[in-house]
Amino acid sequence: MTGEGWWWRAAARVGGAVAVLVTVATLAFVALQFIPGDPAEAALGGPGSQASAAALEAARAEFGLDRPILTQYFDFMWRLLRGDLGVSYAQRIPVSEVLGNAIGPTLLLTFTALLLAWALALVSVVIASGHSRRARSVASALDLTAAAMPNFWLASLLVLLFASVLGWFPPVSTGGFSGIVLPALALAIPTAGFLAQVCRAGVDAARTAPFIESARARGETELGIRVRHVMRHGLVPGLNLTAWALGSLLGGAAVIEVIFARPGLGRTLVTGVLGRDVPVVLGVVLFSACAYVVVALVTDLVISRVDPRTESRLAQAVPRA
Amino acid sequence: MSARQPGIPGEIPQKVSVHLPADSTAATPGRVLARVESLTVRFPGHRAPAIDGVSLVVHAGECVALVGESGSGKSLTARALLGLLPRAAIATHTSLEIVAPGGTLRAAPEPGHRRWDAIRGAHGSLIPQDALGALDPLRRVEHEVGDALRLHRLASGAERRHRVLAALNAAGMPEPARHLRQRSDELSGGLRQRALVATALIADPEFIVADEPTTALDAGHRGNVLARLRQRVDQGCGVLLITHDLASVRGVADRVLVMRHGRIIEAGEPAHVLSDPTHPFTRELLESSPAGKPRGVRLTGASVSPDDSQELPASAPVAPIAAPRDTCAPRLELAEISVSFGTHQVLRSVSLELGAGETVGLVGESGSGKTTLLRVALGLQRPDAGTVRIDGVDRQALSAAARLQLRRRLAFVPQDPLDSFPRGATGGQILADALRAAGIPRASRTAQSAALATEVGLETDLLRRPTQSLSGGQRQRLSIARALARDPEVLLLDEPVSALDVTVQARVLDLLDEVQARRGTSFLFVSHDVDVIHHMSDRVLRLENGEIARG
Amino acid sequence: MPRHDRLPQRNGFSAGEWIALAALGVLVACALAPALLAPVPPLAVNPAEAFTPPSLTHPFGTDDSGRDVLSRVIFGARDSLVIGAVATLLGLAAGIALGALAGGSRGRLLAPVRFIADRVIEALFAFPGLLLALLLITVWGPGTASIVVAVAISTAPGYARMVRGGVRQALGSGPVEAARLQGDRAARVWATLVLPEAMRPVLVLATLGVGHAVVLAAALGFLGLGSPPPAPEWGAMLNSGRPYLTKAWWITFFPGAMILAVGIATTVIGRALERERRFA
Repeated sequence: MTGEGWWWRAAARVGGAVAVLVTVATLAFVALQFIPGDPAEAALGGPGSQASAAALEAARAEFGLDRPILTQYFDFMWRLLRGDLGVSYAQRIPVSEVLGNAIGPTLLLTFTALLLAWALALVSVVIASGHSRRARSVASALDLTAAAMPNFWLASLLVLLFASVLGWFPPVSTGGFSGIVLPALALAIPTAGFLAQVCRAGVDAARTAPFIESARARGETELGIRVRHVMRHGLVPGLNLTAWALGSLLGGAAVIEVIFARPGLGRTLVTGVLGRDVPVVLGVVLFSACAYVVVALVTDLVISRVDPRTESRLAQAVPRA
Repeated sequence: MSARQPGIPGEIPQKVSVHLPADSTAATPGRVLARVESLTVRFPGHRAPAIDGVSLVVHAGECVALVGESGSGKSLTARALLGLLPRAAIATHTSLEIVAPGGTLRAAPEPGHRRWDAIRGAHGSLIPQDALGALDPLRRVEHEVGDALRLHRLASGAERRHRVLAALNAAGMPEPARHLRQRSDELSGGLRQRALVATALIADPEFIVADEPTTALDAGHRGNVLARLRQRVDQGCGVLLITHDLASVRGVADRVLVMRHGRIIEAGEPAHVLSDPTHPFTRELLESSPAGKPRGVRLTGASVSPDDSQELPASAPVAPIAAPRDTCAPRLELAEISVSFGTHQVLRSVSLELGAGETVGLVGESGSGKTTLLRVALGLQRPDAGTVRIDGVDRQALSAAARLQLRRRLAFVPQDPLDSFPRGATGGQILADALRAAGIPRASRTAQSAALATEVGLETDLLRRPTQSLSGGQRQRLSIARALARDPEVLLLDEPVSALDVTVQARVLDLLDEVQARRGTSFLFVSHDVDVIHHMSDRVLRLENGEIARG
Repeated sequence: MPRHDRLPQRNGFSAGEWIALAALGVLVACALAPALLAPVPPLAVNPAEAFTPPSLTHPFGTDDSGRDVLSRVIFGARDSLVIGAVATLLGLAAGIALGALAGGSRGRLLAPVRFIADRVIEALFAFPGLLLALLLITVWGPGTASIVVAVAISTAPGYARMVRGGVRQALGSGPVEAARLQGDRAARVWATLVLPEAMRPVLVLATLGVGHAVVLAAALGFLGLGSPPPAPEWGAMLNSGRPYLTKAWWITFFPGAMILAVGIATTVIGRALERERRFA
């Protein structure tokens, strides 16, 4: 992409991302309309709360539930824009506060897991970029298995092996560094498996590409071909998946934080789900979706600078987990 | 060496001539730069060897041309000399020698051995065919071109950039500084090929293998690249030129080798081989080339190759077609067509007329707007300005239904027929579908399909096979049959023979002449190959940057 | 020249792929006729035999109430696979509809439709799968039906994207252009060319999708959002075994291993189908 054209395209992409964010919020609002029963009742603790009519009225007014739906929608969007996600039904404090407390540990866990996942995936890809067919088959089988592993099962196995049997790491988060290793590993391994599969596809395509022959014809060494040409092409599809990987890790964090009793968005979310605390659940899920959109936009822009080929995002079959 | 054909109106672009030094015919060959004896290459799973006992030598100060069709083994042979055979290849030879660092001739290393890294790029190099992708799309042009200097530690930093610019200039790239920071995807086909030439020559290797280095270039630039290669030869390098076009080696090569099915069937000086070939296949190659052959003269039929039993033998020679000038409205008229995509102006006020039974040839480099013009004529592209008239009727002025009727009078033969066939369909299904669209009742479709197939020289048995299993020539015949299904007045052909071997191309061109003589169809023939255009057309129009160029 | 560098393509499945197919077959059999295959009823409580490790009588051991883990795993196959299959079918239907709408809306008139459909697909895709499912379950309440629909909606945007891309590509492809030039009507072009071409990857996607749906449903079951205990659902079983991890690892291990097996089998078969389709 020539320099001048790129800024326009970037602006268009940013505009598109904003439109997606608006749609995300709209879909969340639509989902909210499907809560069965009286939402005011749910706000007061559910059908079993036996709230009085007056209390229901008050709740309805407080949450704006008596106004026409379009007004409610714009109200909702306006509040979102100002960062107001409502008040937790259970804890009676603003959701933004709840999230604010929980976000730090989750981001720490997620980014650690992402780095770990990339490190593992790179090892697998480097093994695959050579010529040994046996090494490639073994790496391929490992990646497949890792990607298919349910992370809650893997977490249990890791706890069993490293905490109970070997005693190297604590089974439950203590707050120190050693407490993050097992949770991060449990999150990282399946993601690494998937990243490695995608990168390996890129590497395989690059290894037989015509420009490899051109490089050889210039006198490029085997190592040079691997590092300077093949690896780069292998990593680009993986980079495209960064946003998806982040989303998947955020999702996995929900389960992992429960298993390891770590504080964070995930545990907050699960508690919210079990208690039907809709504002909290909505808050966490909206945050994750928006984080995805932003990260996807940034990686898109960065990659389009480096690789002008892929105009549209690659429509790959990414798993939903 | 320009050619003027009699009886054809309009200007013909000059072919740039390449001059041999005065004493080339009696040149004593210099030292040997590359030699192979009795090379045989096999691939697992294939019974016949890809290369069968080929011996070849290239000296300093000479240009050896290796000519053959696709599958002849010429590209593989050249790569064997540089140790670039694919990993799956099993190669044997009695000797393989290549010029090594220091300038002496030494036995070549094992394939994949590290010693090749010092040889390739600095002493022996390859100019690859511009398959889209011969340059790494993630790296800048500057880095790709200067790579040989970096790898052989010949220059660094500012000096390297300086030499990169010089090499690009020498390869004929306009404004090289502008393209340094771009990536190969951002260059047009012609620019990419020139960058590839620069990449191979920048470290001044003695032995140069040029694999079809000019396919993406038009006549003018083609001559330039060949001239520069010739310059290198005169300075003492040795060039192995791979090409499929036998006629083009005149004036460039000192020796010609013709390959077929992995064997060298003819060797000698161009003057001898081109004027009096001994092997029948060489003769067929020469006759199939449309260069210099006027309109209406058959390209095939004189000597039939024994291997292509699938294609039916040609019928009687076709008489040259006089271009009839009707007083009726022209069958197709494009008036002042302008098209722009965003800010890029693709066509500027282009006009052309096509009368009954005549062929108008449209020639131009890739990117000149030829395909867009065809799409406008077909109704696939709406022009920003201008009108399209079919039999005098303005298409835009009609209702959608009437426009559809009008569309039936045109038919299209695309560049890549396989791309336009539904996946997995058989030839018979495609023809039947075309007949259905033309309104032929179901009962007579089978018979008509067979008739169409026979008309284009396709055996009816082949109609039962899926199109993927047909050869390039057979597919093109099927594509023509499909277009003829509705008996169109005008046939629009977009590079119909560009992807075919010269001998197959000749047969298809003759077929098109026959069809025109029999049905009186008008052709709008688009190609970048000047020789084909001049052979096929009553009138030639040249498109340059979206405008009709004169002269 | 480079065409020789490609490895020869195999026709048919390899040994590993047949094994995967067989394994999946066994699991499907478990789902269809669990009572025939399970040695004992899954809910049969036997406190005396609680926490017995894997042995000949109890190949997968027993859990905290003495129930045979193998039988529970076999019965659990029904839950997981049925949920996975139904959710995949629903998700496919929704995804195909949405993707075809987004990909097929062309021209100025339909631009708003295309814009909205595109944004909906991207927005749905932005929600991580598990989180979207959790949101929907919060809204509808837990239970098997909720899980099925939640998983379906979570997986739909992935299919929608593929179909959208396939439709767009088909609409711009050579055969469609040739058909338009022939004068074929839009309905015919869609029915004979666009939809078949866009649907080509669907079988592969669906196979892979079943694996993902099973994992997702199991995660929800693990969190206690599926059928209430003592229903033999793999995720819930896995969760119930966690307190006893050190003394009875098999309660957690085997249900999870089954989930992994489904995932591996579907991936292997899906890849094999992809390869066959590409080189057919």
